[in-house]
Amino acid sequence: MDSYSVHSLLIVAVMAVFTALVRFLPFFAFPEGRKRPKVIIYLGKVLPYALIGMLVVYCFKGVSVFEAPFGVPELLACVLVAALHIWKRNTLISVFGGVIFYMALVQFVFC
Amino acid sequence: MLKRTLKKAFKDSLPILAGYLALGIGFGVLLHTKGYSFLWALLMSCTIYAGAGQYAAVDLLSSGASLVTTAVMTVIINARHFFYGFSLLERYRGTGKAKPYLIFGLTDETYSLVCTAKIEQGIDEKKYYFFLTLLDQLYWITGCTLGALLGTFIEFDSTGIDFAMTALFVVIFIEQWLSVKSHLPALLGAGTTLVCLFVFGSEYFIIPSMAFIAIELVIFRKRLENTDEKNNFASGEEDTNG
Repeated sequence: MDSYSVHSLLIVAVMAVFTALVRFLPFFAFPEGRKRPKVIIYLGKVLPYALIGMLVVYCFKGVSVFEAPFGVPELLACVLVAALHIWKRNTLISVFGGVIFYMALVQFVFC
Repeated sequence: MLKRTLKKAFKDSLPILAGYLALGIGFGVLLHTKGYSFLWALLMSCTIYAGAGQYAAVDLLSSGASLVTTAVMTVIINARHFFYGFSLLERYRGTGKAKPYLIFGLTDETYSLVCTAKIEQGIDEKKYYFFLTLLDQLYWITGCTLGALLGTFIEFDSTGIDFAMTALFVVIFIEQWLSVKSHLPALLGAGTTLVCLFVFGSEYFIIPSMAFIAIELVIFRKRLENTDEKNNFASGEEDTNG
């Protein structure tokens, strides 16, 4: 194996270890059976609501609001997903309805 | 019961099936264009298993980045996963032998399903989390490997199919919104991240967002714990619905 492949393997290994480390850290810090501070219990309950809000915004990080199409396809598709979901409360209908609409928008309308 | 649990996990994971196949194939094709065979895609999707991380890895690999740079980039890109564990300490308690794998497989998408999971009668909760995590990773491995194998032969224009992930998060956001009286945590999360995105730029906004969200939630603790009982935000109880 040449040195380039070895270095590539090491990059993959480092990435695998550090990705896992970030995910495992909270569980190492607060192992089962040990009493946790109340503020941590509280954060555990409110964080899911805040983090999903964060993830929704995270999905838009590549969207430029200053250049055409100004994030219009994303916004329209999200409105449709929200409307479908409030109407039917069926995740599959909302997600796949939104995806088909978005694909049509970016492939045929805003291209 | 096992069959029902697996069936529920499969049904719940369908949006992720679409999203991961699309994102995975995108990754595989990209890796292929840099001269890496499908074996690399297979290896990376099995051992790293992180969407944004693996996309960044393509650049790191092809530019021959140093291991220190790789470690720092990995931590920055995946920092948000650090918070996922905190909110699953309760849910993942007592999951036994499967626990290390559940934590290893804690991607954005798996987290979003786990943290909002409603476990009905006849569903084995621990096995449900395991199946969900495993199915999601299988979709990801399949996508990544297929992409690298087929490389440039793919004719189907799949532009936009990755919107499945955004749509899934929007759906979960709405589900959460309808399930609690106080929308403050959701608004703080989305609002703070939006402000940080504009202030810090799209590369470095996640870590400041996380820090500000945590500080704000602690500041509003009294208010959130007291507003109403329906929320169950109070830290006194050990069970969690969030």
